[in-house]
This record gives sequence, structure tokens and C-alpha cells, in this order.
Amino acid sequence: MRTYVVKRLLIAGVTLLGMSVLIFFLMRLAPGNITDIIFESAGYVDQADKKRLEAELGIDKPIPVQYAHWLGEFLRGDLGKSYRYDLPAWEIIKPRLPVTLELAVLAVAFSVLLGVPTGVISATRRGRPVDYALRVLSLAGLSMPSFWLGMVVILLLVRSLGLIPSMTYVSPFEDLRANLFQFVLPALAVGYRSSALIMRITRSAMLEVLREDYIRTAWAKGQRETLVVWRHALKNASLPVIPLIGIEFAFLIGGLIVTETVFNLPGVARYLVDAIQGRDYPIVQNLVMLIAVVVVLANLAVDLLYTWLDPRIKYGKA
Amino acid sequence: MATVGAIHVAVPDALPPERTWAASLWLFVWKNPLGAAGGFLMILLLVIAVFADVLATHNPVRTSMHVLAPPGGEFWLGTDNLGRDLWSRVIHGSRISLLVGVGATLLGAVAGGLVGLVSGYLGGKTDLISQRLMDIMQALPILVLALVLAAAMGPSLPNTIGAISVVIIPRAARVVRASVLAIREFAYIEAARALGVGHARVALRHVLPNTIGPFIVLITAQLGGAILVEAALSFLGLGIPEPYPSWGRMLSIAAAEYAQKAPWLVIFPGIAISLAVFGTNLLGDALRDTLDPRLRGS
Repeated sequence: MRTYVVKRLLIAGVTLLGMSVLIFFLMRLAPGNITDIIFESAGYVDQADKKRLEAELGIDKPIPVQYAHWLGEFLRGDLGKSYRYDLPAWEIIKPRLPVTLELAVLAVAFSVLLGVPTGVISATRRGRPVDYALRVLSLAGLSMPSFWLGMVVILLLVRSLGLIPSMTYVSPFEDLRANLFQFVLPALAVGYRSSALIMRITRSAMLEVLREDYIRTAWAKGQRETLVVWRHALKNASLPVIPLIGIEFAFLIGGLIVTETVFNLPGVARYLVDAIQGRDYPIVQNLVMLIAVVVVLANLAVDLLYTWLDPRIKYGKA
Repeated sequence: MATVGAIHVAVPDALPPERTWAASLWLFVWKNPLGAAGGFLMILLLVIAVFADVLATHNPVRTSMHVLAPPGGEFWLGTDNLGRDLWSRVIHGSRISLLVGVGATLLGAVAGGLVGLVSGYLGGKTDLISQRLMDIMQALPILVLALVLAAAMGPSLPNTIGAISVVIIPRAARVVRASVLAIREFAYIEAARALGVGHARVALRHVLPNTIGPFIVLITAQLGGAILVEAALSFLGLGIPEPYPSWGRMLSIAAAEYAQKAPWLVIFPGIAISLAVFGTNLLGDALRDTLDPRLRGS
């Protein structure tokens, strides 16, 4: 077990290191450097000023030196400074973290609550109209852009009920009801899409498990359907769903980016879009790296959890 | 010595007639009604894209005085904030979606397929290094990587295709590598090598054609994803620039301030995206069941 964990940690480290190189050079692909962008908005360029700023930012140094410098700062937890807001990036990200976190947790909860039962029902009613209907619904979920789903939901809400979700963020500690009202819809819009993936995996895992001998034994003993399906079968069928949550996590971040924009929620994902649109490249670089760290760690955690939960998996093989 | 009596073997009078192309198609439709519906949607999309000039009632980029006109009358689906006909824009949007979707998917799938072929066939260090590279490319969420690429290259049609194709490379490489690893072990590959056939020829002539099944499944599966990513990129203003009628871009204009006043601006482009992606997903599922028997019925 220990060698397996060490090996996985090493691979995660190598992946992140490669990621940092990729991100760093991608950001340098963009035309013009940050001083051009800063001076562009000022309207005129004083070459001496520009040189001084370049020296101050360290972008007159050779690329490898710049890279090493950036990586060092990132590892020390320094996320740099936003040129647009003239603030340390962390100051901007910190108040936005709870927004994204709450949305992500609610979305994952919705996707599991929606995806697992529909997957089980679909598997037990295989080939019947219910199965077809649920499969079409889940495919439809995978086919609709989550930002569009969000827009339609807002539209329906306003049209039919005259309700307008608050466009400014309400903390759950101030007003829990208003906060939930604000988060439920975006979380549903993101969660519906992810639930489609969970439903499909649950369905195929259930179909496999339901064919096993121990399930036949349970039926033969005359146990009730609810017990056989929801207790005996689902326990084993839920195993493949776990690594999916790791994959879904990356999927979810993509959904959050557009959904936070549509629902005007001041989250981290929304800030990434703002930074890209405002060409605040140092922030983009750090945020993307941060997302990579979160995704790689989440996948690592899920993989380790999976091997721990399913003793049939051999540690040596990875 | 005992004699052996005549053995009666049931010999069919004739082999069943070879299935015609039309009969195979009918069998597919009969066995996969959902997949056939998906195929129909894809063909419909293709027809609309090809005949967009005929089907459109107005010039999709020309502005007019009829600003935010509701659906009906001269403007079937209404007009946008610049007085452009929405029906014509949605019709022409199919070209952008299909072009970006098919272009990015083919580009990414071919590039990724080559990586997968080389890394699976050669194995060893080449495989190890390319696998790690693919891991790195997959460590970022699809949309985040596409966003950064699109932002770095600037919004334009070729850049959007390029950005999305890069995202597809590691996924294609993985699929092709997995099937190359299995094919490599077959006896006929060994036979070809023993006959003195070179590595390049074995890889391209004997291994590659047998990866076609998973490859087709992959392409249909990624096509829908590519269309969605294009919509999201354009929605965020980093994909297809104005005045091209991209469905995602139309939605972002609608979202800005006209959603309540002109809900048709939200509804129709979104339906177009959803139907196109729904079609690829339905067809992709059915093809996977047909071409990949291991997953049949799952």
C-alpha cells in the first residue's frame, strides 16, 4: 500500500510540474506582454517607464529565470498581484472561495441524489419504457449547455412566478433562505448535467452486479426486491461511481465557469473568466495552476479512497 | 470390422443471401431506434448547414430597423438587438457549429490517434513519456484548457478549432493506444513481422485499420463535446468573433440584457445547440453498442 501511495504521489507531482511548464508557456504565447497591456489602457507609452516596469515585474529576465521565479512564489503560496485591481490576488480570491465551494458541494449533492436512483431504476427496468425515458432524459442533460439551462430557468422563474433571484451574493450566515434560493438553481443546472454521467455509470454497474450469483441467492431466499436491489446490489454497484466523482470534478469546474457567469455569482470560476477577458495574465496563470492542483489532488484522493474501499484492487498495479 | 453408417449432416440448401447495404441500415434502425433518431438529427444538421443559403430568409449578418421584433410574420423567430433575423442566424449558425465541431474533432482525433498508435506500438520509454504528456494535458478541465488556449491565441475561427482540437488529443490518444496494445499481441502481427514487413508498414497497414471501430465511437462522442465547448467559448466572448452567427455568441448577447424583453433570443439558439449535441450523443451511444460488443447492453 505504501509504495502504491508513494508512486501515485510521484506521478501527481510530475503531472503538476509538467502542467506548470505548459501553463507558463501558453501564457507567453499571447501577443504582447503585461506592460503593453497596462500601458495600452493608459493611452501613451513612455519607453523609460515601460523599461522600469518591466524590470520591476522581472519580465526583462530570461524565460527560464522567470519560470523558476514564478514556480517558487506559487509553491510558497504567493498567487501574485492583480494588475487590474492593484490588489494581491489572494485578497480577491479569498471572499470568492466560499461561493464556488457552496455551489460545487450542492451541485455534487444534486448530481448524486439524482443520478444514483435513476440509474438503479433504469437498470432494474431494463428495456422497458421507464428505462428508455430515463436514458433519453439523461442524454438530454448531457446535451444541453449548462449556461443555457441556467438562462432558461431564470427566464421561466421570472415569467411564471415573477421571482428574480438576487443578483448580489447573500451569505448563508446572514440569510440562509435567501442564500439557498440563490444557489439551488445554479446548482441544479450544473448538477443535472453531471447526474447524467452518474446515472449512466450506475446503470451499467447495476446491470453487471444484478447478474451475479449472490444476487440470485438473495432472490432465491425470497428477499424483498427493495432489499435485494437497494441494499445488496447497490452496495457493490456504487463502487465504480466513486472514481467517476473525480472525473466529474473536472467536469464540474467547467460547468461552474459558465454558470457563475450566467447567475452572476461572484465565485472563483467567474473571476477566472474576468481575468482572461481583462488580460490579467499573471492572475490567469496562477488561477489555472491552482485549478490543476485541485483537480489532480481530488483525483488522487478519489483513487486512494477507491483502493481502500475495494480490497480486490491490487496496489502494485497502477 | 464394424462399418460406419452414413453420417447425416444438415446442410443448408443455400447460404442466406448477403445483407444489402439498405438491409444493414434497416437492421441498425430497427435495433437502435434512439441511435437512428440521432443519425437523423445529424443528417438534418448537415442538410441545414449545406443549404443554409436557401433556407435562410434574410442575410444573417445584415442589421435592420426591426429591433427585437417578436417571432412571427416576416421574422419567423424574431430579431435580435441589432435587427438581425434570428431564423437566418440560427440556420447559418449550424455551419459554424458543424465546421468547428467536425474540424476540431478530426484534427484532434487524428493527431491524438497518431500519438496513441506510436506510443502503443513502440511501448517502452516512448510510451511512458507520451503517456505522462497526455496525463498533463488531461489534468485540466476541458473548458479551462480550451479557455486558456483560446485566450492565448485570440478569438478567431481557426484558433477556436485549434484550441478545441488540442483538448481532444489526449482523449483520442488514450483510446487508440488501448486498442493498439490489444491488436499488437495478435498472431497475424507476429506473422507480418516474421515475413520481414517493416515496423512502419505493420503499424500503418496492419494495426491502424483495426482501431477504426473505437476510433469512430470516439469521434462521435467527442463531436458533441466539441460543439458544446465552442458554444461555451463563444458565449464567454473567446470563441467565434462577431459578426459570424455562432449559437454560443448569440446566447451571450441575449444574456446581456435582452433575456426578459426578448426571450426568443435565449430559447432558439439554445435549442439548436442542444439538438445538435443530442443527435451526436444518441448516435455515439448506438455506435458504441454496435461497434464495441464488450459494452453491448450496458
